[in-house]
Amino acid sequence: MPFQIVTLWSDGLIWLLVVAGIGFGFLIARSAPLLAAWRRVGKSRVGMASATVLVVFAIIGLLDSLHYRLKLDGGEGRPPTYAIEVLSVLDAVATPLRTHNEKTYSAPFATRLYAKETVELPGGGQTREYPRLKYGGAHLGNDEDRLPADVAGKAALGLGLAAVLWGVVAALVTASVARREKVGRGEAWRRIWRGETPFAWSALLVTSGLLLALLLPLVALAGYYHVFGTDKVGQDVLYQVMKSVRTGLIIGLVTTLVMLPLAVLLGIIAGYFRGWADDVIQYVYTVLNSIPGVLLIAAAVLMMQVVIDTNPQWFATAAERADLRLLALCFILGITSWTGLCRLLRGETLKLRELEYIQAAKAFGVSSWRIIVRHILPNLMHIVIISLVMDFSGLVLAEAVLSYVGIGVDPTMISFGTMINNARMELGREPVVWWSLAAAFVVMFVLVLAANLFADVVRDAFDPRAV
Amino acid sequence: MNAPLLKITDLRLGFAAGRQTLLAVDGVSFEVGAGETFALLGESGCGKSATAQGIMRLLPSAGRIVGGGVELDGQNVLALPEADMRSVRGRRMAMIFQEPATSLNPVLTVGQQIGEVLERHRDLRGEPARQRMLELLRQVGISDPERRLGEYPFQLSGGMKQRVMIAVALAGEPDLLIADEPTTALDVTVQAQILDLLVKLQQERGMGMLLITHDLGVVARMAHRVGVMYAGELVEVAPREAFFTNPRHPYTRALFAALPEVSRRGAILTTIPGQVPSLACMPKGCRFADRCRYVTPISREQWPNWRSVGEGHQVRCFYGGPMDEEEIGEHAAEVLAAAPPQPAPPTLEVQELRVHFPIRRGVLQRTVGHVKAVDGVSLSLAPGRTLALVGESGCGKTTVGKAILQLIKPTAGHVRLNGAELVGMPAGRLQDMRRDLQMVFQDPFASLNPRLRVGEIIAEGMAALGVVAGGKERQSAVAALLEQVGLPAEAAGRYPHEFSGGQRQRIAIARALAVQPEVLVCDEPTSALDVSVQAQILNLLKSLQESLGVAYLFITHNFGVVEYLAHEVAVMYLGRIVEFGSAEEVLRSPKHPYTRALLSAVPKPRLEGQQEVIKLAGETPSPANPPSGCHFHPRCPNVMEVCRSVWPETTRHEATQTVACHLYTEQKEK
Amino acid sequence: MLAYLVRRLLYAIPILIGVNLLTFALFFVVNTPDDMARMQLGVKRVTPEAIQKWKAERGYDKPLLWNSQAAGAATVTDTIFFDKSARMFVGDFGRAEDGRDIAREIKHRMLPSLAIALPTFILGLLVTVVFALTLAFFRATAFDFWGVVLCVAMMSISGLFYIIGGQYLISKIWRLVPISGYGDGLDAWRFLILPVAIGVISGIGSSARWYRTIFLEEVGKDYVRTARAKGLPETVVFLRHVLRNAMIPILTGVVVVIPLLFMGSLLTESFFGIPGLGSYTIDAINAQDFAVVRSMVFIGSVLYIFGLILTDISYTLVDPRIRFN
Repeated sequence: MPFQIVTLWSDGLIWLLVVAGIGFGFLIARSAPLLAAWRRVGKSRVGMASATVLVVFAIIGLLDSLHYRLKLDGGEGRPPTYAIEVLSVLDAVATPLRTHNEKTYSAPFATRLYAKETVELPGGGQTREYPRLKYGGAHLGNDEDRLPADVAGKAALGLGLAAVLWGVVAALVTASVARREKVGRGEAWRRIWRGETPFAWSALLVTSGLLLALLLPLVALAGYYHVFGTDKVGQDVLYQVMKSVRTGLIIGLVTTLVMLPLAVLLGIIAGYFRGWADDVIQYVYTVLNSIPGVLLIAAAVLMMQVVIDTNPQWFATAAERADLRLLALCFILGITSWTGLCRLLRGETLKLRELEYIQAAKAFGVSSWRIIVRHILPNLMHIVIISLVMDFSGLVLAEAVLSYVGIGVDPTMISFGTMINNARMELGREPVVWWSLAAAFVVMFVLVLAANLFADVVRDAFDPRAV
Repeated sequence: MNAPLLKITDLRLGFAAGRQTLLAVDGVSFEVGAGETFALLGESGCGKSATAQGIMRLLPSAGRIVGGGVELDGQNVLALPEADMRSVRGRRMAMIFQEPATSLNPVLTVGQQIGEVLERHRDLRGEPARQRMLELLRQVGISDPERRLGEYPFQLSGGMKQRVMIAVALAGEPDLLIADEPTTALDVTVQAQILDLLVKLQQERGMGMLLITHDLGVVARMAHRVGVMYAGELVEVAPREAFFTNPRHPYTRALFAALPEVSRRGAILTTIPGQVPSLACMPKGCRFADRCRYVTPISREQWPNWRSVGEGHQVRCFYGGPMDEEEIGEHAAEVLAAAPPQPAPPTLEVQELRVHFPIRRGVLQRTVGHVKAVDGVSLSLAPGRTLALVGESGCGKTTVGKAILQLIKPTAGHVRLNGAELVGMPAGRLQDMRRDLQMVFQDPFASLNPRLRVGEIIAEGMAALGVVAGGKERQSAVAALLEQVGLPAEAAGRYPHEFSGGQRQRIAIARALAVQPEVLVCDEPTSALDVSVQAQILNLLKSLQESLGVAYLFITHNFGVVEYLAHEVAVMYLGRIVEFGSAEEVLRSPKHPYTRALLSAVPKPRLEGQQEVIKLAGETPSPANPPSGCHFHPRCPNVMEVCRSVWPETTRHEATQTVACHLYTEQKEK
Repeated sequence: MLAYLVRRLLYAIPILIGVNLLTFALFFVVNTPDDMARMQLGVKRVTPEAIQKWKAERGYDKPLLWNSQAAGAATVTDTIFFDKSARMFVGDFGRAEDGRDIAREIKHRMLPSLAIALPTFILGLLVTVVFALTLAFFRATAFDFWGVVLCVAMMSISGLFYIIGGQYLISKIWRLVPISGYGDGLDAWRFLILPVAIGVISGIGSSARWYRTIFLEEVGKDYVRTARAKGLPETVVFLRHVLRNAMIPILTGVVVVIPLLFMGSLLTESFFGIPGLGSYTIDAINAQDFAVVRSMVFIGSVLYIFGLILTDISYTLVDPRIRFN
């Protein structure tokens, strides 16, 4: 094999989440009330529009979670050696972005660097000018005036492709709606746009159309230009933004995964069994809750840094070290944030255990654990789902702040926080370097906004009071 | 009649659901005169509350007034701008609601809540307002009004809150009072007080009153004229006299026929088959046609128009032929004790059962006292018999039921099932005993797990107690049980939310029967249900008892149900049984003053025979701090000196009747 | 009621002890002082002697919990736990890496922190409650819809961007107020106005949406229907009935943070160069000054627990059901 598959811990967890999500889907299909709630989500236009956006982010994140190391050309007979650099499928797809490194800052669509440099003239002597970029617009050669036309042409090509693709998608959707509702294509098309389908296809089509129209021209241009410019060390900002997505997703999802079992188990135990177990659990979460979150995280991250720094032998590659640090951050965030959900579940369990169907089960002598599994847990699921989606956006935002403060992810790991941190100083420059921040802002805003909107829809669909 | 105070013409109200508006009230017209009480009667969901809210223009946000007119003193209030409507609300018409507990603002004092009406509509502030408030509180029968003015709602008892609500409504001196189920949430002795108060106030002020209720007894006591609503329509309007002697609409008659009463003992109660059609798919003909025993072919096709059948008596029905007088007739009072006195040894024996909950106070949360929810209750129940445990809310009757099942650990006393002591029995052996002792709960919406299928719910007990082993066998057992309680076998695959309240209660009964118990504790199994559905459940329980020989401990506050079903009756007050005996003895010749008051307070759904209500002062005190001596003495009309200090001995009268009252201990001594 | 408050106060003691033990475990058990020394000194220059010296300078050369070498009470007092953790209860926080007394430093820095945090808190609460009440008042209208959309959009923007954007626009482009810094006395307002404004704006989104939900929940209650049935104008219904009841859940979330205002805000202070406790903490984190971070954790917890007690007291003021029980 020309490469060796590397499974980072976070890769494992994120794929585990995917598998768990699919398994959960099967469980839901068996439970009518949950299915009905998800159907309500599916009917919501806002929900499906935001879900479409989230799926795009998820695809980027998942592609970035398949890692490998390239085999080095060692010659025959020798044991194979592998590159020290761990790459992901996303890196492979975005090879031009990853490798087209300039010297330093360049603006979006620029063909020259952002700062003047002293250049040796071929005929001797020196001059200060903006040097030509190595990759950005290199195919134009000396014909730099052609830039607007070239950009427009490539963008139009991307748009055209987007239109074709969208047409295919729309035709497929219409055909499937037509088959399911047993009506003609034309009627199906009308129903989709009147919102008369049980699933909000119209929202999905509009959003995917917008996304295609935005992303395909971007793809068409990205190979030739630095669409979002480059940063201080000349790295493409678009590439950084894409890499940041995975970091955000992991922080947002794995953290919840870490804290969920703990919060659910302890919350139910405290609420159902009461007595000393309740006292102990309440004491533990009050203590944890008493330490202001940022400070507890700061302290824990500092201590984790010491552990990592004093044990460099644990990590084979820099990627592994950064990855473990990311996971540790997830754990720390999880430990500090399970208390809220735990308290919520405890309160709900207290209410549930007095309900008559639980009393009825007790009258049959059904064992406590069976009551918890059959009667209490299923009736808490909506709270768990709601808190899972509600927490996600908060965690993505928290990552940025923590990384900015210096208690977040490894400084070598690309994330929204590190991007902002690196770019912030440059606002003071004249003229201003704004594209790094702007790119991070826009992508993060879209991700968090989509997550927030989706969370709202899920909460409305699952909250029994909101019916 | 003079020009009516309130004139409703063709009122149509709906609730927005998606893009369409579902009509909850469809073409309702009636009038209320000054000084008159018009009762709007109907079962839940018939649109009677929506009508009231529509008149006040206080519909919830999804509600829409689609058409029609509401004229108050000749002025169409539906046409008023919202700002002008505000000076009508509270001033010319006022409203009181069903739940006094939630209808008052919890963080404002009584004085503030009455005061804002005086300020808004009477322009009274400061001292004059205060004087007026005191006067109002006195009028609604609140003692010590000076103190009450500064108190918050949570410091008042339920009946007192409703009195304050009435004072708030009266503060604007309205011409029309709309009372939406004003006593449904209250105990029967308190209900009697509030109904009396409303009658008195109405007479004094000459107010018009629109009374919304589901209770024929309340109608009989209060109404001058009655309108019956069914599925959003008014189907019969009649003066009180005609309504009770000669109701003409089949639905009205079915309501009468479904009432459990002493006269119907042994008989099967008439039920109304089927269900109220849903708002989304109303039939085009008569809405009652599918459930009607007098249905004519035309009523399925055409909408019946009003037909006059007497002076001020109109009915919306095509059928004009003779009607079954059995439906509304009173049967001659039969002898109650139809069944022979119990020769068999009791299955369930309860002796001196006590359940005390500690009250913790202070810094260290020390136990400073006990809520004596159940304080020395003794009962016995023979196979195939029904013992009714009767009492008002908070008397501890539900706790008795749960303590018998060991769902709450008794503090002291004995519970013996077929001779085996359950109190303190190790969990393993208790498990075996649970087969013979089961419970049906009050609220059919809370007693079924919404996430489980009906089949799984019913099979739960069988699985836990190992009654039926295999999956195949269990399936057929579930199907058999469903058939037994009158549900189709395919119900097993569906979820509880797909069923109506009555059907859910059938499922709950099937679940309890699944383990073939000898004793079934029924905790108010019909109190959350409409009369017609209640009749179905009572019929079911009765036939199950006949075929299976189950003994029921029937916990209830409804005397109609007691009269219809019970063999023995135990009356509870503040954790103790004050009177016990056969149904005949207790209901025909009650001995204890509390039993007498309780029985007299139940409003009878009849024209005559409204006997004088024995008025009880105040409300049931808290079991945390019961009165000394006889717990009942502060409210007792026959109180004596000895009652204040000594709990009376239980004395025996008649064959089985026992009473705990000093009136009778003294007799014996003499 | 008094017994209730006393009990809450007493409950704070085991919580504080728990916090103290937790931080002790975090700082001294997860990593030994040796590890910390190695980290501080840099991996290359580490010799056993250097480590020993580093530890001795900071008093980390003692046993953790039990000094078997010492006699009498000193077996307990002559330990890291007693020196570094137990002494925090009496306000002795030891010295920072730069040798300054932490307790004194905290005292100096509290005021600037408060100068930013208090106005932000009060203004923020006022603005969000008014905004949320307006949204609830115009519920189910286009104004409400777009207001909620605005809230969701605003809460989807990282706090970092509010600060960066605000600084850039106001200070750099429009040059209205200084970009950062702090002055004493009355002069301070020029430095405070921007961070306070940004703090208020960045908080509007999530709080206003949350308060709106609370208001709407109250609007659906029966007593509101009663108030309407009295013929009260909608403004009175909202201000007297809805607002007063909604204040109870709002207080739970709000009062608890009041004492924490002393701690300032990490982000705001570091961006604006305010010499408060927030920037002190950030500097300590960046310099890996464990003593300062440990002290801040402890003070933060004490203030939080104090906030919990304040919450209980405020309940008794707002909710008569607690006051009279």
